[in-house]
Amino acid sequence: MPIRLEPRGEASVAWVYLTPVLAVGLTVIAGGVLFAALGFDPFRTLHAIFVEPLTSLYGLTELGVKATPLVLIAIGLSFGFRANVWNIGAEGQLTLGAIFGGGLALWFYGQEGPWLLPAMILAGAVGGALWAAIPAFLKTHFNANEILTSLMLTYVATQLLAFLGYGPWRYPDGFNFPQSRMFCYDATMPLLVPGTRLHLGFGFALFAVAGGWLLIARTLIGFQIKVIGLTSAAAAYAGFNRNRIIWFTLLTGGGLAGIAGLSEVAGPIGQLVPSISPGYGFTAIIVAFLGRLHPLGILAAGTLMALSYLGAESAQIIIGLPLAATGVFQGMLLFFLLACDVLIRFRLRLGRPVPAAAVAKSAEAGA
Amino acid sequence: MASQSTASGNGPPRLELRGITKAFPGCLANESVDLALRPGEIHALLGENGAGKSTLVKIVYGVLRADAGEVLWEGQPVSIGSPAEARRLGVGLVFQHFSLFESLTVAENVSLGIDHKEPLDLLSARIGEVSARYGLALDPQREVHTLSVGERQRVEIVRCLLQNPRLLIMDEPTSVLTPQEADKLFETLRRLASEGVTILYISHKLDEIRALCDRATVMRGGRVVGACDPRQETARSLAEMMIGGVLAEPKRAAGGKPGEPLLVVDHLSTTSDDPFGTDIRHVSFTVHAGEIFGIAGVAGNGQAELLAAMSGERLSPTDAAVRIGGEPVGHWGPSRRRNAGLAFVPEERMGHGSVPEMSLADNALLSGHGGQGLVKRGLIRLDLVRHAAETIIDTFRVVATGHHAEARSLSGGNLQKFIIGREILQQPKLLIAAAPTWGVDAGAAAAIHQALIDLAEQGVGVLIVSQDLDELFAICDRIAVLFHGRLSEPLATHDTDVERIGLLMGGLFDQPPDEAADQSGRTHADPA
Repeated sequence: MPIRLEPRGEASVAWVYLTPVLAVGLTVIAGGVLFAALGFDPFRTLHAIFVEPLTSLYGLTELGVKATPLVLIAIGLSFGFRANVWNIGAEGQLTLGAIFGGGLALWFYGQEGPWLLPAMILAGAVGGALWAAIPAFLKTHFNANEILTSLMLTYVATQLLAFLGYGPWRYPDGFNFPQSRMFCYDATMPLLVPGTRLHLGFGFALFAVAGGWLLIARTLIGFQIKVIGLTSAAAAYAGFNRNRIIWFTLLTGGGLAGIAGLSEVAGPIGQLVPSISPGYGFTAIIVAFLGRLHPLGILAAGTLMALSYLGAESAQIIIGLPLAATGVFQGMLLFFLLACDVLIRFRLRLGRPVPAAAVAKSAEAGA
Repeated sequence: MASQSTASGNGPPRLELRGITKAFPGCLANESVDLALRPGEIHALLGENGAGKSTLVKIVYGVLRADAGEVLWEGQPVSIGSPAEARRLGVGLVFQHFSLFESLTVAENVSLGIDHKEPLDLLSARIGEVSARYGLALDPQREVHTLSVGERQRVEIVRCLLQNPRLLIMDEPTSVLTPQEADKLFETLRRLASEGVTILYISHKLDEIRALCDRATVMRGGRVVGACDPRQETARSLAEMMIGGVLAEPKRAAGGKPGEPLLVVDHLSTTSDDPFGTDIRHVSFTVHAGEIFGIAGVAGNGQAELLAAMSGERLSPTDAAVRIGGEPVGHWGPSRRRNAGLAFVPEERMGHGSVPEMSLADNALLSGHGGQGLVKRGLIRLDLVRHAAETIIDTFRVVATGHHAEARSLSGGNLQKFIIGREILQQPKLLIAAAPTWGVDAGAAAAIHQALIDLAEQGVGVLIVSQDLDELFAICDRIAVLFHGRLSEPLATHDTDVERIGLLMGGLFDQPPDEAADQSGRTHADPA
């Protein structure tokens, strides 16, 4: 029996905002079924994932630590996504931000002062923006697809960091580990809550949410981004320069990803290591869409995604659930979100188009 | 034919609507509408923009569901849940706004719109057949983005005809056709009607309705307010039935002296990037202050290219080819030209002149972000933008729920009033408008024409690019004709007539002397 998708006449506005919630609910249910099939008690497992991390101050602050890079990057990506600029390479921009900012910390090791951290943050933003400038240049000059160029540059960035870690920046007294020396005090992020790992980067993330909202809702450049994304002919009519928006969105997205990378190495990690991110740059794409590209939505989605990282760790510790469950969870979430999106705009019809044809036939017979 | 209509008169109507009611937030679009369409009749549906015609059509075509009421097809109650079901019943619809995929070919678009799939080469052959039979010239292999508005409409009509509809709904079908093309379409429609097809014909061209239709139903404010035999009425009496009042004709104070030249186009030539586009060749004309200058021509003769070169969406090869108020602007983009006093109304109002998904306030900002102080240091001043939108809505009597209404929620004529109002309120020195009253009803068209005339009388230069000769003759001081990218010598409106311009539109004009001079210059230069 064939399954058909038929467009619905009018899409419900309420459902556009409710689908993320529905998608989360469906993910929880499907996750529970999955855990039961794996032989775990589904309720205990879900409790370990979604509730356990929130029961302590440490857990709550860790939520902020994990949400920080996700929100920072997703806010930056959302500008581009609204303008149909598909920057998929935030992971690489994050890495370059860490290399630039972290490099500054290593360069000035021993001559530190209160100026060092602000300089590192600036260097991180510049590093990320420079890495994103490559796809921007290729897009505006050769019309090269930014999805491919930005994604491929991610792997270049990872190799560059590995080269530095194994080569020139390796700490000689580090027992041959491919790591830099630990950054000094002035080159690390101040803590927001003493005794935890919650650092200044979380403040940056909240600032980015507010700034992102201001940019999109209240500025001319945000308006240009929206118009270009919706109707490029109207943007040309209005005199909005598409190339300028490509540069702006890629540089802003790259800069925020760079700050996220710097915040990681100058925050919870404290040194340059070959692997500084568990794929924050890619997860942030999910976060941006789960949050409907809206800054507040992104904050909520980033927190939820952070919880899925924490929950997977907690479930691994408490009941021995494999860590791969995080990936499965995040994948299911995106899957359900996309599926729900389709279903708000289309309805499923089973079988052949019977009713109208039958009516028409009977009408013909009657006539 | 007479015997056929009496025979079908005894049977059930092809389509009958009983008590159709549909409410949207803030308005009652249809209120207990009754309508019966007999087999083989051409039935006109008349009404102002916002009278509820489009809503009624959407209900019949399964795009919207009625809140109350019954739909009967051949006497049987039916529930039309989707356009596909409507098509299966035998309802065909030619949209006012086209629903075509730009990057696909004509044949691919037709294939997507019909429910029984067939191989593309077979379909292309059938498209060729139908378009030849009904005089709707179309190349099935062309990509839609390369087609003019007129050609796109032919795609929509052919797509409908391919499905052998029993009820054909035509929403403003002739607004982009030349008089000759329209006559050909009428022949087609009369033939279809004689074959028993019912035609529901929606148009604002009242003379056409009088010539074509057997019966007319008039709607106003969502309700049926009358029915008549259009052949027994005059265009004026029909218009007044629609408006429910007296029609104000636009008045042009004659004999105004043209002022200084505002827009000078000097040997403009552009080469289209598009292999199916039209190159503009040595076009020269001047629009003076206080003058309305018309450019006539069949769609696809270079109007789009010329308009893009005027608005700045496409830059000219030389700076001096386009001059505004003496300033060479050929290399300036749209924003700079706007700041120099140019306002522009594009042909396509959805998606070019406006962003359909955005509010009217945002759409006021779309072209108003330059000189009016709506943006300060990069920040949008929301209160001023909203006020600007409300001013446009009030001044030009746009029917909308307010500045927050999405542009796509407005009917075509109301959106056009909004766009023209937006451009006029920017107090331009020069206004360029393409097809300003395409698909706009009589009342709104009169208001738009009056606004353009008032603008010229204030000393603004106005350039109208339109296919509608009635419109050009009603308001223009001088008219030139664009054909294959070349422009004829302008003619003073009072010295010429529709016939003469119609011949020019068919390409019967001498090579402009300056181009001949240019070509002889080239032959001299070649040996050197």
